Amino acid sequence: MSTEGDLLHTVTADTISDGRRRLGKVMVWSSALLVAVLAFWQMAFETGRVGSGFDTWRPVLYAYVLWAFALCAAQVIVNGEKGKRTLFVLPAALFVISLVVFPLLFALYISFTDWNLASPAGPQPNGWDNMREMWKDGFYWNALKNMVYYVLAVSAEYVIAFGLALLLNAQIRARKFFRVVFLLPLMLSPVAVSWMIGKSMLEVRFGPISRVIRELGGEPSFFGSPEIARFMIMAMDAWTFIPFMMIMLLAGLQALPKEVLEASKVDGASGWQSFKEVIFPLMLPVSVTAIVIRVIFKLKLADIIINVTSGGPGGATDSVTSFIFREYRDRSNVGYGTLLAMVYLVLIIIFVTLLLKLVSRWMERPA
Amino acid sequence: MSQAIFKDRPTDTKVKAKWWASRVAIYSALIIWSVVCLFPIFWTITTSFKMAPDVMKGNLIPWWDFTPRWKGWESIGISPRLIGEVSTVRDEFLKRFWNSAIISISSSMVAVILGSLAAYGLSRFNYRFGFMRNSDISFFFLSQMILPPVVLALPFLVLYKSLALLDSRIGLILLYTLMVLPIVIWIMRDQFQGIPVELEEAALVDGLGIWGAFMQIVLPIALPGMVAAFILSLVLCWNEYFFAALLTATNATTLPVMVASQTGSQGINWWSMAALSSAAILPLIIVAIFLEKYIIKGMAAGAVK
Repeated sequence: MSTEGDLLHTVTADTISDGRRRLGKVMVWSSALLVAVLAFWQMAFETGRVGSGFDTWRPVLYAYVLWAFALCAAQVIVNGEKGKRTLFVLPAALFVISLVVFPLLFALYISFTDWNLASPAGPQPNGWDNMREMWKDGFYWNALKNMVYYVLAVSAEYVIAFGLALLLNAQIRARKFFRVVFLLPLMLSPVAVSWMIGKSMLEVRFGPISRVIRELGGEPSFFGSPEIARFMIMAMDAWTFIPFMMIMLLAGLQALPKEVLEASKVDGASGWQSFKEVIFPLMLPVSVTAIVIRVIFKLKLADIIINVTSGGPGGATDSVTSFIFREYRDRSNVGYGTLLAMVYLVLIIIFVTLLLKLVSRWMERPA
Repeated sequence: MSQAIFKDRPTDTKVKAKWWASRVAIYSALIIWSVVCLFPIFWTITTSFKMAPDVMKGNLIPWWDFTPRWKGWESIGISPRLIGEVSTVRDEFLKRFWNSAIISISSSMVAVILGSLAAYGLSRFNYRFGFMRNSDISFFFLSQMILPPVVLALPFLVLYKSLALLDSRIGLILLYTLMVLPIVIWIMRDQFQGIPVELEEAALVDGLGIWGAFMQIVLPIALPGMVAAFILSLVLCWNEYFFAALLTATNATTLPVMVASQTGSQGINWWSMAALSSAAILPLIIVAIFLEKYIIKGMAAGAVK
């Protein structure tokens, strides 16, 4: 985020007539007016003040899209060359803002209502009631605690991924074959994985893993006790995402300066020594990037849990996302669920910001 | 090797033994992890050809332990016997498959187009939108990555309901584009920063505009990176479950939702579930095998600065 690349400097002398400038402004403001008029009309129709209107809010959406296009076009019409430069970033920015910022504001409103989809009254603001309910809700705190465990599991994934990356970086034959094979789990959808592994291979009666355990004299039970169930979820998630970290670390290993490694060999460092003293410190920046991104993905963990255990036994495997998913789908308790989601978002932002701060401070210190 | 001129001293043979030991250790580790990666896939694909007794007896190897049957695939209407006939289950399956394909391909495409433009702009020009400068804008885009899907789920449910976009492909395409856009921008920014700016300067001198230079000079060079970003987004969109489960009901349901909806009902119907899972994962396995280079390129971008 700090590197800026080398910039392209252009000097352009534009002569833009007043008429052109006016045209651009008229385009933007008239389409904005259209959006506003349509939105007010539709709102009046839905509250019953106007007799006729549209069935849905679709026309407002079309007007909004028209406004967005007008805004982009007006950049070029009004600003000339400078506008053409703005046009690179503006579409993406408009897209993200309209799809994130407005829904987030709406979510903020919903999270302070008692809205239940089953109740006919619709959303009624209820102040801090949801917050108080959350405070007493043991299952939510339990889910947050589970998230801590899940995030901590990233460290084990990191160790395995680093090991695999070192293996792939060693002098081996059929490197491409192994690379493709190791990459495959990442391609599989978590839902398919939860059936393939969670529901069939770990099936207690006929699953191959249960069979092996029975051969060894154990009694297979994978989702009975909280600890083992949580471990199984972690293992399945790790199975799909280890390739992700592995590839990033492998790329880092291959970009290491060869001279330094050779120098350490010449100086007589053993394999372990050169790993500890040379490779690992040089790999720190890549490792940190890989871990941070993996943690961010881990915070969204839900699909496998929803499909394999639905949070059980007794909420032991619940992640925040899967808990809110059930709150929405089984209880239709959307006001409360949204508050939980918003609180989670705030916690995530705080956590990730602290993590990044910590990382950048730690990286600045000479290793 | 016929005539040893130099005799191996004991220390040399020790080195050789150590070398062999490390070979054995490396290859056995590689093979063990390959088994870990491949066995679930092998298990799923073979199970789709098994009958109930084969599953219960735990037979593993086709043609040796058990004779492969098309029973699993018949349950989704794909087998040599049923291929010519009209089959409602197959139509159902193909509809889901088609939905998944359209949604993931178009959202990846939109994301790559929007994302590449934004990434190019951010890596080449100085912007100032209010208080936001280049690095702030980049951070704004990338920070979308930490936004958990749950936060957006309900507002979108309500929004789509009032826009009549619920259970429609367009709705999911918009959301998935939003979901993968930060990743695309991250990859593409790295790509564009690697392209020397002199190329565009030369193009500008030769009379191209900035958009002309971008389209004719920069895009062809950045194409491999764009393919990498596209494939990575494709994988993420194809596998997405959470939004699809909440925002679709009948028309726009994607494959993961179909797979998930089968697991709950009527116990476990092993062979049909295995066939369905295999069909859901096969396209991406093929993508992985043939386009592995691009996937790795995409993920490696940004890791190494």
